[in-house]
Amino acid sequence: MALGMWASSTANALRISYASKAHLSPAFSFSRCFSTVLDGLKYASSHEWVKHEGPVATIGITDHAQDHLGEVVFVDLPETGVAVTQGGSFGAVESVKATSDVNSPISGEIVEVNTKLSETPGLINSSPYEDGWIIKVKPSSPSELGSLMGPKEYTKFCEEEDH
Amino acid sequence: MVIPQARNLHLSRMNLVRLKGLPILQQLHIEEKLLRASSENWCIMNDGTNDPTIVMGVSGKPAELLEIESVLRDQVPVIRRFTGGGTVIVDQSTVFVTFICGKDAVPGLQLYPRSIMSWSSLLYNKVFQGTGDFHLRENDYVFGSQKFGGNAQSITKNRWIHHTSFLWDYKVRNMAYLKNPKRAPEYRLARGHLDFICRLKDYMPRTIFVDKTVEAAGTEFSLRPIRLEEIETHYESEYRPSTSLLTEQELKSDIASEQELKSDIASEQELKAATASL
Repeated sequence: MALGMWASSTANALRISYASKAHLSPAFSFSRCFSTVLDGLKYASSHEWVKHEGPVATIGITDHAQDHLGEVVFVDLPETGVAVTQGGSFGAVESVKATSDVNSPISGEIVEVNTKLSETPGLINSSPYEDGWIIKVKPSSPSELGSLMGPKEYTKFCEEEDH
Repeated sequence: MVIPQARNLHLSRMNLVRLKGLPILQQLHIEEKLLRASSENWCIMNDGTNDPTIVMGVSGKPAELLEIESVLRDQVPVIRRFTGGGTVIVDQSTVFVTFICGKDAVPGLQLYPRSIMSWSSLLYNKVFQGTGDFHLRENDYVFGSQKFGGNAQSITKNRWIHHTSFLWDYKVRNMAYLKNPKRAPEYRLARGHLDFICRLKDYMPRTIFVDKTVEAAGTEFSLRPIRLEEIETHYESEYRPSTSLLTEQELKSDIASEQELKSDIASEQELKAATASL
């Protein structure tokens, strides 16, 4: 885990994407905005990602977001069973003296929360797409995924935002 | 005093609310409502609050940050606010300045902590130009290496708040309620409170500071004075703020939880030591 975290921060500094673990098998994209953007995920303009697998969608914040937020020191997690709406806030992260809302890219019901983030909020920085996932949701309107950005679109969005 | 008129009609409009001695809990409730339930831009200035009050950030743990027995003995109120950041003790000698803005209020500003912090430092550069060695240092406002202003923020999808408590003056005995925090900026260098902070009054008269801050805000926004009584008409009143006053029970149970945790850690360490020696 420690080696993975070191590799993550070094790779980010070198602006290079590195190979993912098997269970998150989609190929990485090289991103000109110097943050990692994964293929196979969908992205919201507020910098959350969603991975839809069967009845459940996993949600977290992107590498671009964690890089801009700085070291995450606290995560305000929701309860399971709570409903989320597309674009609505379901929790927050604290970094650099600021709380920043985390918004759900899709509507549905929270079925699982990553409780590891209570003890180790830094997982969001070191592993934003894997160990740093935040909630899992049972989507209520799968068609909402169509309104989100794909990897190339999100990469361009990040570049324009940082320009 | 004259509020500077906009030199440029394209400056975003900002409501300016000037208060004096408003209780800090009431101020924070107003700010949270304006962030979450208003669509307008706001500058709130509160020249001192009433009784000494401890204000922790959203993730603050009383047992880690406060000398709880003294706090309970002296019945010092403890608030957990909705923004991030550290712990302060505020009173009549604290001056509060808050900016609450929509995402387009400052052209080109990205809604991230460091961007907003950087913007704020440019504004206060205008206030303190030529005064002391003012700068933003690891998210604090300092003269040299001594802090006189603490910042905190909250950022939503389309709005942000940046609020600051300025130590115009402080009472030494009040600092004794606060422990040295575990998370501290590097430049603090393990200094105790009294070596780490300084008084703004040693650098600038209070009224001059307030006037210059309004003047600086007026170069960035088109200011419109609003009275406290008018604020409620500018937001949806149903919103319930999360900022809260901690009860005595909550403070005592935090001590108990901390002691239980320490006991568990000590037991685990003893077990490991015993196992290792086998």
